[in-house]
Amino acid sequence: MTSTNYDPRILKAPHPVPGAPDNWKRFFSFNTDAKVIGIQYIATSLFFLLVGGLLAMIVRGELITPPADLVDPTVYNGLYTMHGTVMLFLFLFPILNGFNNLLIPTMIGAPDMAFPKLNAAAFWLVPVFATVLMGSFFAPGGPASSGWWSYPPMSLQNPLGHFINGEFLWILAVALSGISSIMGAINFVTTIIRMRAPGMGFFKMPVYVWTAWAAQTIQLVGLPALTGGAVMLLFDLSFGTSFFRPEGGGDPVLFQHFFWFYSHPAVYVLVLPVFGIFSELFPVYARKPLFGYRFVALASFGITFLSLIVWAHHMFYTGTPNWMRHVFMFTTMLIAVPTGVKVFAWLGTLWRGNLRLNTPMLFCLGGLFNFIFAGITGVMLATVPIDIHVGNTYFVVAHFHYVIFNTIAFGVFAGIYHWFPKFTGRMYYEGLGKVHFGLTFIGATLNWLPLHWAGLLGMPRRVASYDPEFAIWNVIASIGAFMLGVASIPFILNMVSSWARGPQAPPNPWRAIGLEWLLPSPPPAENFEDDIPTVISEPYGYGLGHPLVEDEEFYVRRSQEA
Amino acid sequence: MTSVNPDLKLNHTPGHVKHDGHNMTGFVIFLCSESVIFLAFFAGYAVLKLTAPQWLPDGVEGLEVRMPLINSVVLVSSSFVAYFAERYLHKGNLWGFRAVWLLTMAMGSYFVFGQYLEWSELSFSLSSGVFGGLFYLLTGFHGLHVITGIGLMGLMLARSFVPGNYDKGEMGVAAVSLFWHFVDVIWILLFLLIYVWQ
Ligand code: HEM
Ligand SMILES: [Cu+2]
Repeated sequence: MTSTNYDPRILKAPHPVPGAPDNWKRFFSFNTDAKVIGIQYIATSLFFLLVGGLLAMIVRGELITPPADLVDPTVYNGLYTMHGTVMLFLFLFPILNGFNNLLIPTMIGAPDMAFPKLNAAAFWLVPVFATVLMGSFFAPGGPASSGWWSYPPMSLQNPLGHFINGEFLWILAVALSGISSIMGAINFVTTIIRMRAPGMGFFKMPVYVWTAWAAQTIQLVGLPALTGGAVMLLFDLSFGTSFFRPEGGGDPVLFQHFFWFYSHPAVYVLVLPVFGIFSELFPVYARKPLFGYRFVALASFGITFLSLIVWAHHMFYTGTPNWMRHVFMFTTMLIAVPTGVKVFAWLGTLWRGNLRLNTPMLFCLGGLFNFIFAGITGVMLATVPIDIHVGNTYFVVAHFHYVIFNTIAFGVFAGIYHWFPKFTGRMYYEGLGKVHFGLTFIGATLNWLPLHWAGLLGMPRRVASYDPEFAIWNVIASIGAFMLGVASIPFILNMVSSWARGPQAPPNPWRAIGLEWLLPSPPPAENFEDDIPTVISEPYGYGLGHPLVEDEEFYVRRSQEA
Repeated sequence: MTSVNPDLKLNHTPGHVKHDGHNMTGFVIFLCSESVIFLAFFAGYAVLKLTAPQWLPDGVEGLEVRMPLINSVVLVSSSFVAYFAERYLHKGNLWGFRAVWLLTMAMGSYFVFGQYLEWSELSFSLSSGVFGGLFYLLTGFHGLHVITGIGLMGLMLARSFVPGNYDKGEMGVAAVSLFWHFVDVIWILLFLLIYVWQ
């Protein structure tokens, strides 16, 4: 195992940046260039990672001692509700759309997205619904506080009786976020179907594109259902209907079906692109072709399909009839099959590889390690008899943080470091990156590993105070959470200073195979301009000695620029 | 050297790729996605109807079907009328297109008007229990689509007066008429659900 950096000789090469305006102001404009939009998304969502992280640290500060002494229990409810919502709707969904914007057009050899204006509009909805959501804090009666699930009848209480209240703004924000995501999904899918470079059949697309496609398909099928449910909830809350109010003949459990029909698959909207990132990065940093490329690609749609028929595993203990529990237990367990295919393929790729432990690779390895763990607790939770016992405890919290942070956010960081040189034209500082990884890995483990035990011992979730017997686990968890807060410092330092003054990046610092690496760093406005390459082989031909694109001269020329 | 598989769908032109051709693909994807909202509402309707302790609001016996049926016949036939308008356009007969297209719009407007009449005569409201809410939500949401469709048709009609606008194809018209068929199919399902399955 060697830990070489990019080849230093590469840095001496001349560094053409054709057509890339050095004007930072374009990042604050209604710009229709997918690469600008991608960076807009990523920067915005990293800001909200900090906001959500701050909320989390107050939550963990409260939980460091058993009684509810730091904040009032009602405030506490608002804090964790907003924490979950910010992290999902303002950090993870937008940041992955940022990746989609940067990667899909460049990876398939398209000049831009299919609908550039729609693309920009979808992005600018993000600050709009962010404002609406944050407005929830200032609403009379405080922010939404019935959890990110917003189950009725809790969410329908509105004790102060104001028309504009925290919950109202919350629902509005979620609906706007849904509209933005659907606009994005239409754009990504159309781009993938219609704008691939000559020769790029479906089985020549990089796995990231496959996973993004599969994930965006979930958005198209699931989000409208959630939006329908949200409209009905809004009507119940504000316009006197009783879809979910038992007094008027409604059914609160129906809302849970709407909610989870989207929100279960939504976790795969997040994790699938991260699977894509793993599949892109492991071959580069292990210098080996991706093991079982076609299976990995197809498994993405297997996951998409299955994810849409497992939602009721979140409702095992909310009056779900027994036959339904059995059906959903079975379908949930089936998900382990396509997921297992992917894990197996990554391990096969790493097997006997020549691993380069750069920061992106470290985050990938950490993420994969955590994901295997989270998959195991997931299967445990899918088992009805276990779930009935630990379903409302910190075991669930530990499980989903192992996926949502320790896998998905890890993959996101890996992707940021890996493609940073490509899209900013600068190298990041490896040392700072490794410090960031170390702090993040240790912090995340301290934060969520102990909570598995707290949950198994019966510590309930969603409450501000708990029995002193759980104190020790919570102290460790809180230390981990603060460590994650500290971990953001080297990260921010690295990003800001590298972008401002980092060494200029060559077109292909990692010697990776893929169309995006044939472009200069940063790529010009219309990616390939008049030079769209014809693709002749599957991706990931590391060590096989064949070029990816037909025009060998083109390939050699671009690589020599490297 | 050139070894491109002829079966692969290519993005033939190297260099600047035009964006226009993707509109229909995007629009079809949008319609598929939108139909899920309706499906969600329909599923909710069915679940609530099968399980609600009290379905119809107090004092309501059932819905009057005759008027809505006439309305439905008008709306559904307008789909066929729209199809003939498209045919005219295809053959380059602009005035034929405009006349028949206008007829489609008129039929759509008649439907909206009929629904307005129906709403104003009903004895229950949005807040009359779960049935009241569902009735107005479903018909209202569909009605919004009909109004949107009429608006879009108006736009296409106006654009037909731009000289040479439809010479190279009639993508917008095709999309709007697809939308119109979609709205009609949704109505048929809605009609079965609300009026027939009482
Ligand atoms: C792949 C990425 C995954 C993500 C992002 C994820 C995320 C989540 C989240 C957010 C929750 C908690 C929802 C809540 O109540 O707030 C959850 C619960 C659950 N997860 Fe996962 N999960 C993943 C994988 C899996 C897998 C592979 C399985 C099973 C094979 C699984 C089974 C479950 C079950 C059964 C619950 C419900 C627990 C309960 O509420 O009692 N998950 N997951
Ligand atoms: Cu789930």
